[in-house]
Amino acid sequence: FASRMGYLLYKHISAVNIIKRGCVCAENRGVSDKKEVYDVIISGGGMVGSAMACSLGMDPNLTGKRILLLEAGHKKVMEKVPDAYSIRVSSISPGSATLLSGIGAWEHITKMRCKPYKRMQVWDACSDALITFDKEDLLDEMAYIVENDIIVAAITKQLDTLPDNVQVKYRSKVVKYTWPVFHRTADAVPWVQVTLASGQTLQTKLLIGADGPNSMVRQELGIPTVKWNYDQSAVVAVLRLSEPTENNVAWQRFLPTGPIAMLPLSDTESSLVWSTSPELAEELLELEEESFVDAVNSAFWNNENHSDLIETASSLFRGALSTMTPSAGSPRQLPPSVAGIGPKSRVMFPLGMGHASEYIRQRVALIGDAAHRVHPLAGQGANLGFGDVACLTQLLSQAAFDGKDLGAIQHLLEYETERQRHNLPMMAAIDLMKRLYSTNAAFVVLLRTFGLQATNMLPALKEQIMAYASK
Amino acid sequence: MSSRWQPRHSLSRQSKTTEKEVAEEEDLANPCCYEPCPFGSLMFGLHSLKPASVFGLVRRAAGLSGITRTTVCQQRSAELHQSGVAMPSARFVSHTTVDPEEVKRFQSLANKWWDEQGEFAALHAMNDLRVPFVRDNLLNVQWEHHPGKPLAGLRILDVGCGGGLLTEPLGRLGANVLGLDPVEDSIRIAQQHLSHDLDLCDQVSYRACTLEQLSGEGNEEQQEQSGEWSEGQFDAVVASEVVEHLADLETFAICCNRVLKPGGSLFITTINKTNLSYALAIVVAEQLLHIVPSGTHDWEKFISPVELERLLESNGFSVQSVQGMMYNPLSGAWCWTNSTAINYALHAVKENHDAEDSCSHPEDVPADKHS
Repeated sequence: FASRMGYLLYKHISAVNIIKRGCVCAENRGVSDKKEVYDVIISGGGMVGSAMACSLGMDPNLTGKRILLLEAGHKKVMEKVPDAYSIRVSSISPGSATLLSGIGAWEHITKMRCKPYKRMQVWDACSDALITFDKEDLLDEMAYIVENDIIVAAITKQLDTLPDNVQVKYRSKVVKYTWPVFHRTADAVPWVQVTLASGQTLQTKLLIGADGPNSMVRQELGIPTVKWNYDQSAVVAVLRLSEPTENNVAWQRFLPTGPIAMLPLSDTESSLVWSTSPELAEELLELEEESFVDAVNSAFWNNENHSDLIETASSLFRGALSTMTPSAGSPRQLPPSVAGIGPKSRVMFPLGMGHASEYIRQRVALIGDAAHRVHPLAGQGANLGFGDVACLTQLLSQAAFDGKDLGAIQHLLEYETERQRHNLPMMAAIDLMKRLYSTNAAFVVLLRTFGLQATNMLPALKEQIMAYASK
Repeated sequence: MSSRWQPRHSLSRQSKTTEKEVAEEEDLANPCCYEPCPFGSLMFGLHSLKPASVFGLVRRAAGLSGITRTTVCQQRSAELHQSGVAMPSARFVSHTTVDPEEVKRFQSLANKWWDEQGEFAALHAMNDLRVPFVRDNLLNVQWEHHPGKPLAGLRILDVGCGGGLLTEPLGRLGANVLGLDPVEDSIRIAQQHLSHDLDLCDQVSYRACTLEQLSGEGNEEQQEQSGEWSEGQFDAVVASEVVEHLADLETFAICCNRVLKPGGSLFITTINKTNLSYALAIVVAEQLLHIVPSGTHDWEKFISPVELERLLESNGFSVQSVQGMMYNPLSGAWCWTNSTAINYALHAVKENHDAEDSCSHPEDVPADKHS
C-alpha cells in the first residue's frame, strides 16, 4: 500500500511504473482479421460486467464501437418474476440506481421487484449503543434491496435492445489471455488476445476484467493483490416475518461472532445475511427450520452479552451526551420477529477482503470484485462495482470523443486513481468496523460504544457518512 | 544549395537582392521557368518569390490550356493585389518550404515517435488540446450530426504529420485524413503503426512528400482523372508544430490556400518569438529539462501570432481565433492560457469569394471552383 500511495502522489514516477507494467508474454500471430478485432471485450457477465457492457453500448460517443461481453454461464432471462425470493440480494445505493436508470435497466427492475428502505439501525450486542441512519423526514429512500438475479435479468433485457455492435457471447469460457508487447515491432500484434474454450481467438483494443473475486484476468496479469480471508462465512436465507409490517428499515446487529443483518424484501419477507465463524455457520445450516428461526430471533433480541460495567459506562456517557445535544439521537426500535424461512434453502459462502494494487495494465482494466472485494457488513460491494462502471464509462466516452485509442494508458490511469481514491478509504473503514466489532474485550467494547453513541448524536457526521456511501 | 537559412528581419532587403540574382541565374538555365504573363504585377510577384518554389505551378500552367493558366494567374494576381506588392517580413524565401537540416534531424528521431514517454512525450500530451481544438472548430461549421464519428465526411490534410501522432486521432473521429511529411522514415513508422488497426486504415493514409508537391500535383491530376486529392479538396489543413521548422512560410501559406476548399479551415500550432519563449522553449525545455531533444527548435524561426496573422491574411485567409497554450513539465500536461507568449494555436479560414458571407458552410459552396 505504501508504494502505491507513493506512486499516486508523484506522477513523475509514472513513467517508471508504466515500463514495469509492460507485457508478460506475447505470441506473434499473423495479420489480425478485421472482423475479430473488437474495441472492447468485457470478461464476465455478472451484475457489474453486464452493466459495463450496457453502459458502453448506450454511450453516444461510443456509437459504432464493437463491444463484446463474454459470459461463461447461460443467458439469464426472466419472463415472469418468480414468487419465491432468491437468497442473494444487494443493497443498491442511490448512486448505483442512477447508473442503472441511465442504462435503462432501473425501469425493468422497478417493474419486476425491488424494495426501498428509509432507515438503517445498527447496534451492538455487547452494549446498548446504537446508531440510526435515515434521510430527513423519512420521505426519501436511503437505498434499495434488489435480488441479484433481477438486476442481471433487467440488464440482459436492456442489452437485447442494443444495436448489433454490442454482442454477448454466453457459455464462452476464456482459457487464455495473451498480452500486448510493450515495444512494438513490425509483426507483433498490439492488441490483447482472448482465447476461448471453443478454440476461437478474439482480439481487442481494451480488455475489461469483471470476472469476480478470483479474477483470471488479474491472476494472469500477475497483479499483486492484498487479500486475506476473514475467519467468517456468511449464511444467507429468506425470512418470513411473524406479522406484516411496514418493512422499510434495514437492521444490523454486531454480535461478537459477527454481524447479523435483516434486509427488507417486502412487507412479509426479509433477507438474512449472517456473518459468523465457519463452524457456527455450518451448524446453522444444519439446524431445523424452527431452531434456526429461534437462533435468528435470539441473535437480534438477546442481551446476554451485556455486562454491568459496560451498561453503566454507556448510560453515563449517553447522559453526558444528551446534556450537550439534547435533541439528537433517535429512539431505539426492535426488529420484527421471524416466524419461518422461505422455500429456498439456506446457503453459506466464505468471506474475505481483497484489493488489487493495480486496477489497470496496458490495454486492461479491472472493475467490480475483480479489483476489490469487501465484507458484506456495509452493503457496499455491488455499489463499489457500479461506481467503477460509471467512472470508466465516462472516461472512455471522453477519450473516444478526443479521438484516443481506447486502450491508451492515460485515461486508464485516471480511472485507477479516481477509483482507488474512493474505494480504499471505504474498504479500510469496512475492514476496521469488522475488526472493531469482532471482539468482546471490555476496552474495545467501551471504545466502540462511546464512538457509536457520539456519532449517533452528530447529524452532520452521519450525513457525511451516508453521502459517501450513497455515491 | 544556395538556399541557406538567413535571419529574417534585419537582412531581408539584402537577402531579396541576393536571391533575385540567384533567381536570374536560374532563369537563364531554365528558360521556361516563368511564363510571360499579361499581368505585370504578377511578373514582379514571380520574381520576388524564388522561382523554383512556384516552378511546378507555372510549368504546369505553361503546359495546360489557357483557361487553367489564366485561372492560376488570376488567383495569384488577386492575392498579390490584395496584399500589395510589398512583402511582409516573411522568412527568407528558399527553394521549398522544407529545410534539409530539419529533415536530417527528424530522420534520426524517426523511431521515437510512438514512445509515449520518450522524446515526443510532450507532443503526445498536446493531443489533449489540439484534437479538441480542431474538432470543435470544425464542428462549428459542420451541420450534420454523427454520434461516435463527429468529423465524418470531412477531408483533412495533416502537414508535417511526423509519425502520425495527430493524424490517427483525427482519423478516429471519422475524418478522411492524409498525412504528409518530407521525412520518409517518419512516414514509414506512421504507416507501420497504422497497419494493425484496419478500421483506421480506411480513414487515414500517408505520403512522403512536401506540401508544394501535393498542391502542385493537383492541377495535373485534375486533367488526367478526377484525382482523390486534387486542388481545393480539403475541408481543413492542420499544421501543428510545423511552421517553426519551415524554410519558407509564404509558399506554405499559398499552398495551404490552394489545397483548401473555400471556407476551409487552417489550424496552426506553433511557438511565439519572444524573450519568454527563448527562455522557456529553448533554454529550459531543450537544455535544462530535456523535454524536447536538444536543437529541435531555432528561436529565429519562431513567429509571433501578429506576424503569422498578417502573413495569412495577405494570402487569402481570415484568422478566426488565436489561443495561448502552456506546458506544465511537472504534470506533463498542456493547458489553454490567456497569454500567447510561448505556445499558441491559431484557426484561420480560407476566404470564400463565391459565397456572400465570409463564413460559409462548405456544402453551400457550389462545386464550380474548377471553372
